[in-house]
Amino acid sequence: MLLAVIIFNFILLSLVPGDIADTLAGESGGASQEVMDDIRRTYGLDRPFHIQLATYVGKVLQGDLGTSYYFNLPVTELILGRVAPTLLLVVTALVLAILIGTLFGVIASRKPNKLFSHFVTVLALVGFSAPVFWTAFLLIVLFVAMLEIMPLSGLVDPTTPRGTLAWYLDVLHHLFLPVLSLSSIYLAAYSRLARASMMDVLGSDYIRTARAKGLGETTVTYKHALRNAVIPVITIAGLQFSHIFSGAVVVETVFTWPGLGTLAFESILRGDTPTIMGILFFSAMIVIIVNLLTDIAYRVVDPRIRSARNA
Amino acid sequence: MKKLLATLTSAAVLATAAAVSAEEPKRGGTLTFSYGIIAGHFNPAIASGTPTGIPGTQLFAALLRFDDEWNPKPYLAESWEISDDGLTVTIKLRANARFHDGMPITSEDVKFSIETYQEHHPFKPMYAPVESIDTPDPLTAVFNLSNPHPAILLAFSSQLGVIIPKHVYGNTDNIRQHPQNSQNVVGSGPFKLKEFKPGEYIIMERNEDYFLEGKPYIDQIVYKKISETTSRVISLEKGDVDMTAFESNAPFLDRLKKNEHLTLTPDGYSAIGPLEWLAFNTKHEPFDDKRVRQAIAYAIDKEFILKVLYGGYAQRSLGPIHPGSVFAPKDVNPYTYDIEKAKELLDEAGYTPDADGIRIRTTLNYIPGGATWKRKTEFVKAQLKKVGIDVTIKASADFRAWIKTVSNHEFDMTMDSVFNWGDPVIGVHRTYQSTNIRPGVPWHNTQQFQNAAVDELMEKAGKELDRDKRAALYQEMQKIVVDEAPIAYLHTSPYHTVFNHDRVGNPPVDSIWGVSSPWDEVYIK
Repeated sequence: MLLAVIIFNFILLSLVPGDIADTLAGESGGASQEVMDDIRRTYGLDRPFHIQLATYVGKVLQGDLGTSYYFNLPVTELILGRVAPTLLLVVTALVLAILIGTLFGVIASRKPNKLFSHFVTVLALVGFSAPVFWTAFLLIVLFVAMLEIMPLSGLVDPTTPRGTLAWYLDVLHHLFLPVLSLSSIYLAAYSRLARASMMDVLGSDYIRTARAKGLGETTVTYKHALRNAVIPVITIAGLQFSHIFSGAVVVETVFTWPGLGTLAFESILRGDTPTIMGILFFSAMIVIIVNLLTDIAYRVVDPRIRSARNA
Repeated sequence: MKKLLATLTSAAVLATAAAVSAEEPKRGGTLTFSYGIIAGHFNPAIASGTPTGIPGTQLFAALLRFDDEWNPKPYLAESWEISDDGLTVTIKLRANARFHDGMPITSEDVKFSIETYQEHHPFKPMYAPVESIDTPDPLTAVFNLSNPHPAILLAFSSQLGVIIPKHVYGNTDNIRQHPQNSQNVVGSGPFKLKEFKPGEYIIMERNEDYFLEGKPYIDQIVYKKISETTSRVISLEKGDVDMTAFESNAPFLDRLKKNEHLTLTPDGYSAIGPLEWLAFNTKHEPFDDKRVRQAIAYAIDKEFILKVLYGGYAQRSLGPIHPGSVFAPKDVNPYTYDIEKAKELLDEAGYTPDADGIRIRTTLNYIPGGATWKRKTEFVKAQLKKVGIDVTIKASADFRAWIKTVSNHEFDMTMDSVFNWGDPVIGVHRTYQSTNIRPGVPWHNTQQFQNAAVDELMEKAGKELDRDKRAALYQEMQKIVVDEAPIAYLHTSPYHTVFNHDRVGNPPVDSIWGVSSPWDEVYIK
């Protein structure tokens, strides 16, 4: 499966016009035939396509993702350096969005015609349709330019000593705006989804039974209904996790966040094939892992799936 | 009385200005610089380009440096001498200069560095005439040339001629992949590499053993990548960033200009000499006819482009050489906007309007990246419509796709940007030499322009050491080229260096190399 991904990606990338020699020549503001040949020879681009493919696949099978043409560093090292910032950004945004979104949805579903419910509907509409870069810029205008309480770009101020408490706090400080921007799209989706799903569940028979038993409304909502209503949320969260790169690329670019998204985007523009291949390989693995985690999460919240195996 | 008062006031202003510039540089502080790109490495001997050059010239010292009037000044070289026949150049090195690892800089390192440039640097003509380098003693290097080479002193400066240690970079046959191009860099410049996070930032710290006593003044340079222009602008306004360079977006420049803490300057770009133009493929019909090319040059309202699209931040350029150069064109046809003249020329060339009023149907490519390029292309399309030329704009997916199209001559017209790189031998000849038509290589003679007289004039000027005689040759060459019009010359790139004048003293703008010159005079107020 992963092998197919590698070969397919490699072929796709080879169809793109231009290579790293063109990029380096472009960045250099000029070139000569000799230097371009020199670059192509250095990175083995002068060899026939099938040999390049075979060499690459051979290396990957041995656990070597190659060396970045642009940074001249092992791709694995480059990617590992970028994984933590991206995961920090995306997981924080996703978790916040799921928690707050579900909470909003649940509250709204209890009184579907009250003000808060309409507020959630509007919020969902605006949040989901506003382009994330636009949201990001509005947040920058508010927090950075007007209130002047938030830093604008990067993961951390490079002059802060690493590993100290100040460093961690600075990272959190830098994290605030990117997370807020990124979670705005997810938040909208989850609150809407949770609201619809809750209303559906609240209308079902077992809820009526629960109420008939004389249980309080809060217990009914949070203990009985939520468990079932949250299943579609998990499904979507699992699916969306594989989309994280696309959303994160924009946010990472606006805030110069040193994550995988930026690296992927810039490597594509540069024609840094080993780096792109490495990232694709890595994200294919993430998708597989997250699918597994989603299945496990189903079992945890839904007793029916758990018992299905035992039956 | 009023006049006297005015004189007094201006005298007072002058006095304050003098007092400000005479301010004593202070030691210490961190300068935060930001740029849209961070290079993969900082070794200027194997790559040109500003992303490598700006940090590269802080880490590595060169033999010479240049002031803002194109005069060479000592740097690693204490003195230099060109023999009367122009065939030998003798360099005397400073005795006290050391690399960051403490090893002395010797003529062996000079020889090794220039040979590395000859073998691996993209600009071949820079050191092409250097046949051999002798090292009679550790502090003397003698360059033996095959012909007089007027560009050599400039080639010894900034990023075009840094000295790299042989004992570090000479231990491999694959210098392109040398790990110390980007980590543990060993140079002899005013700053040492402290930390490099690929794609994020570079931290450089003061070289305590720098060979120029008492310098540099600043403790540390934080060089941050901020690729989004808006974010860079806000960072400047907030004071998070002290200086940026190569800013070119007119609305943003307008905005920055209004800020009372910031100064904008177009100084420091005359060496790289950035020009923006419309190039023709002279082998494609109808651009094989000089009159069609001239007609297009007349049909474009250059003043409108300068005023409206570039907000007055760019400068008109009339020919192959940048207006900031001593060889800038003087008496060439300026192709003043003239629609009637353009129509006349097209009539003469036999391209008369058809039933729809169209004379020529053709295509136009442009460099991707930057909204201004696209707007300029669309403006030219509208302009050419007025003289009966129907243009289809061809957008490229990305930079590499555009380079492929243009370098393989698969275009009719293209919007292009080319740098002069200091001396015409390095950055100008390549665009016009008939011997430099090389498919697949970016920024060669992609127009496929061939003119024997121009070839000969460049050949002569490339070997002429006398600046005035050389200037005369380039004037003549440019007259012919502008008349032949393989390119419609439009304007310079609107590059500006922006710095916070409350914080930054002596910004690196008083050299033809601007931010690609050593920042050893810069201080934090």
